[in-house]
Amino acid sequence: MELYDLQNYWWLLISVLGALLVFMLFVQGGQSMLLSADDTPVECEMMVNSLGRKWELTFTTLVVFGGAFFASFPLFYSTSFGGAYWLWMLILFSFILQAVSYEFRGKPGNIFGTRTYDTFLFINGCVGCILLGVAVAMMFFGAHFTVMMGNILDTGSPVISQWAPTHGLEAIFDWKNLILGVAVLFLARTLGSLYFINSISGDERFLKRNRRRVAINGGIFVVFFLTFVALLLTADGLESCNDAEGTFTTGHCFEVRPYKYLHNYLEMWWCAVMFLIGTVAVLYGVYSGAFTKSRKGIWPAGVGVVLVVLSLFFVAGYNGTAYYPSLDDPASSLSIRNSSSSRFTLTVMSWVSLITPLVLGYIAYVWYAMNRRPITPREMETTEEKY
Amino acid sequence: MNDLMSVVDWSRAQFALTAMFHWLFVPLTLGLSLIVAIMETIYLRTRSERWLAITKFWMLLFGINFAIGVATGIILEFEFGTNWSNYSWFVGDIFGAPLAIEGLLAFFMESTFIAVMFFGWKKVSPGFHLAATWLTALGATISALWILVANAWMQYPAGMEFDPVQMRNVMDNFGEVVLSPVAINKFFHTVLSGWVLGGVFVIGVSCWFLLKKRNRDFALRSIKVGGWVGFAGIILTLYTGHGSAVVVSQCQPMKLAAMEGLYNGTNGQSLVGFGILNPEKTPQNDADPMLWEVSIPKGLSCLIDWRNPDGFVPGINDLIDGKMLDTAGNPVPAVSYAERIAMGKKAHDALRDFDRAMVEGDTLAMNTARASLNENYRYFGYGYLESPYDAVPPVALTFYSFRIMVMAGGYLLLFSIVFLYIAYRRPAILSRKWLSWVGMLTIPVVYICSQSGWIVAEVGRQPWIIEGIMPTTAAISKISVASVQLTFWMFAAVFTALLAAEISIMLKQIAKGSKTNYESLKD
Repeated sequence: MELYDLQNYWWLLISVLGALLVFMLFVQGGQSMLLSADDTPVECEMMVNSLGRKWELTFTTLVVFGGAFFASFPLFYSTSFGGAYWLWMLILFSFILQAVSYEFRGKPGNIFGTRTYDTFLFINGCVGCILLGVAVAMMFFGAHFTVMMGNILDTGSPVISQWAPTHGLEAIFDWKNLILGVAVLFLARTLGSLYFINSISGDERFLKRNRRRVAINGGIFVVFFLTFVALLLTADGLESCNDAEGTFTTGHCFEVRPYKYLHNYLEMWWCAVMFLIGTVAVLYGVYSGAFTKSRKGIWPAGVGVVLVVLSLFFVAGYNGTAYYPSLDDPASSLSIRNSSSSRFTLTVMSWVSLITPLVLGYIAYVWYAMNRRPITPREMETTEEKY
Repeated sequence: MNDLMSVVDWSRAQFALTAMFHWLFVPLTLGLSLIVAIMETIYLRTRSERWLAITKFWMLLFGINFAIGVATGIILEFEFGTNWSNYSWFVGDIFGAPLAIEGLLAFFMESTFIAVMFFGWKKVSPGFHLAATWLTALGATISALWILVANAWMQYPAGMEFDPVQMRNVMDNFGEVVLSPVAINKFFHTVLSGWVLGGVFVIGVSCWFLLKKRNRDFALRSIKVGGWVGFAGIILTLYTGHGSAVVVSQCQPMKLAAMEGLYNGTNGQSLVGFGILNPEKTPQNDADPMLWEVSIPKGLSCLIDWRNPDGFVPGINDLIDGKMLDTAGNPVPAVSYAERIAMGKKAHDALRDFDRAMVEGDTLAMNTARASLNENYRYFGYGYLESPYDAVPPVALTFYSFRIMVMAGGYLLLFSIVFLYIAYRRPAILSRKWLSWVGMLTIPVVYICSQSGWIVAEVGRQPWIIEGIMPTTAAISKISVASVQLTFWMFAAVFTALLAAEISIMLKQIAKGSKTNYESLKD
């Protein structure tokens, strides 16, 4: 394949990983409900144990998302991580706390007590979702950075990518970014409740409470998500300059295009279709979880989330769009053309990526085998194999 | 410039802190996952309830250790971006690939099957459960393979070329990256050292059972499995360690010189067995490098090539001066560090000229600049150095860490042999208290040995983040010193607290395990 096709292919893979990550944030959403006073200790235990058998998948998806971005678009990795230092550090700290909490919370001798580890899970649930939303929002609303390759030869100050002195804190407190962050949090909480409905049985009160939570969190999510969509469709975007033949250039020339993302949806009609189908699927999942007796609302909602997030990544990166617009220097903006790895590296990794169906296959099989029988209060009382 | 140096130092400290914490947990994961898989295999063959209980006990300790290993591991990957952003762009085309492949091939395997391993006893068939346990162990090993390939590439950059248009390195041969001699030795040496640590851990904890005179059969069976894994591990670790030293002599001779505290090499170079370095010694003065030493004549020359005991091994000053000799003592052409710095600066100038010519569209000037760049690029990183002495790593830390690692490694070989012998031939001796104490006190020894190995590998290659191509000073992110200091202390506090919790939980579980009556279970 040519470099152009490889760049498209790797943006597709990044988009798939990002979409799956957002779906898997149901773990974080579930964690954000752990400190609720409404739930009894047994119910809390069921929540922790149903989430605890999936947390590593979410964690791994995040790590692979980062690794794949590093390998395929290293200029994004160096610019965003080295620049928005505090944003990423806070995300990482929250995930450190999560990684030990499931294993340590119920074990004797854990020093800090079960409540502390549950609080860690709560923090990861809230902070992780909001800040990941903020990080993704910068792909649409831009960030304060510059990229100067020539700096590498300045021995006194050799850094290529430079960021605003607040190093990501300014992004966290940008209201547009926060809109998406809060939307992601309430989406995750909705998915978390849908997951509980699907994977826990034998407690009708708990079931009803989660149906109510789906309705409330789903409603709040819809409000914030629609606000984000309104902002997105009315936002200006940076587009690669056209050459004499009218095709997008691959370098660092960008120009502002009003309503860029709206145009992207119109020009890439299949993205708009994905977005609409996905939105309907999410709403159907919320409806069936909140207002019907179905326990399977997580699946249409999950498929819908994946479709919507995929379409958002597509309009962020395809059609000559700068997926990481610089607010300080448009020429420093990143597109999938100017920030990617070389053709050789993308080719090698593309061969490796052919194993993806096998990976998805064994994940699906293990998911089925482990979730075939829902968790029940009785299981929590009798089994020793629990968190 | 001072601010830049502080950021570099604090970023190095933060990376070292994270890596050393991470390496407390990873080798135990590598070793214990294998041991648990072997134990479960025995259980499935014998259907013995005792083996099932033994498997579950060690699996529990594995899980506690695994969680904190995951917590520290995520930071390492992202710190390449947060703290070493220039590096991430300059070589991301090469370095990122192993990390992505690690995630796809290994992390998903581990994270998927570990859930089956812990919670699937009653949810899947025994055969599938055993497969999940082995796949978790395999996932951990594959993960180690790819991250060690990435680390080896930093020590021995291969399979790449420099692209002046993008001012970065790009991969041109994946096979050379994966199969470099450094990568192969590093993978086996590191993973096998994890087996040693796992084996010693199992023996040490079993000795606690023996000291308390509880569950003797449980302890004996564990010692046998741990002992064999540890023994196989240490034999192969020593073998691959020798291979690593030979490769270091070829690819990173300055690191070898620092490991030996060797300033002026000779033909038939001796090997320092034990020694105390002279703290006054620097490359610039004539002080004796050693205050006291016990050396093996011609040992270092033999170690590098046993067929050539009179071979010349260059010291720090020899390398700086570009002095190399053949076996007969005749000079061999070599590039001094002053010349390397000059060539590195020429490469910088050529790149600047290329960039300017590209902007101006001057093809002829671009070609001229590219030719000069290609001629001098090998020493591109030296262009950032001010003096040849900047290329000398911290000698004392490298020298002493190397000796601690080697001596502890020798002790661990003896330890494995003795415990295996006693377990099979003289099991009655296992009830001796002193032996139990030896077993338990060897656990910190194996950890110190393991950490020392990484100190040799990483401190010994300073100042380079990529050998000869990029020093740490050029690899940094543009962040304030205060930010890095703050995150350093945050990491230090969080990791220390979590380590304390982990040790506390482990001790409680071990104490609980020792009080459980396994002897009453059906065999």
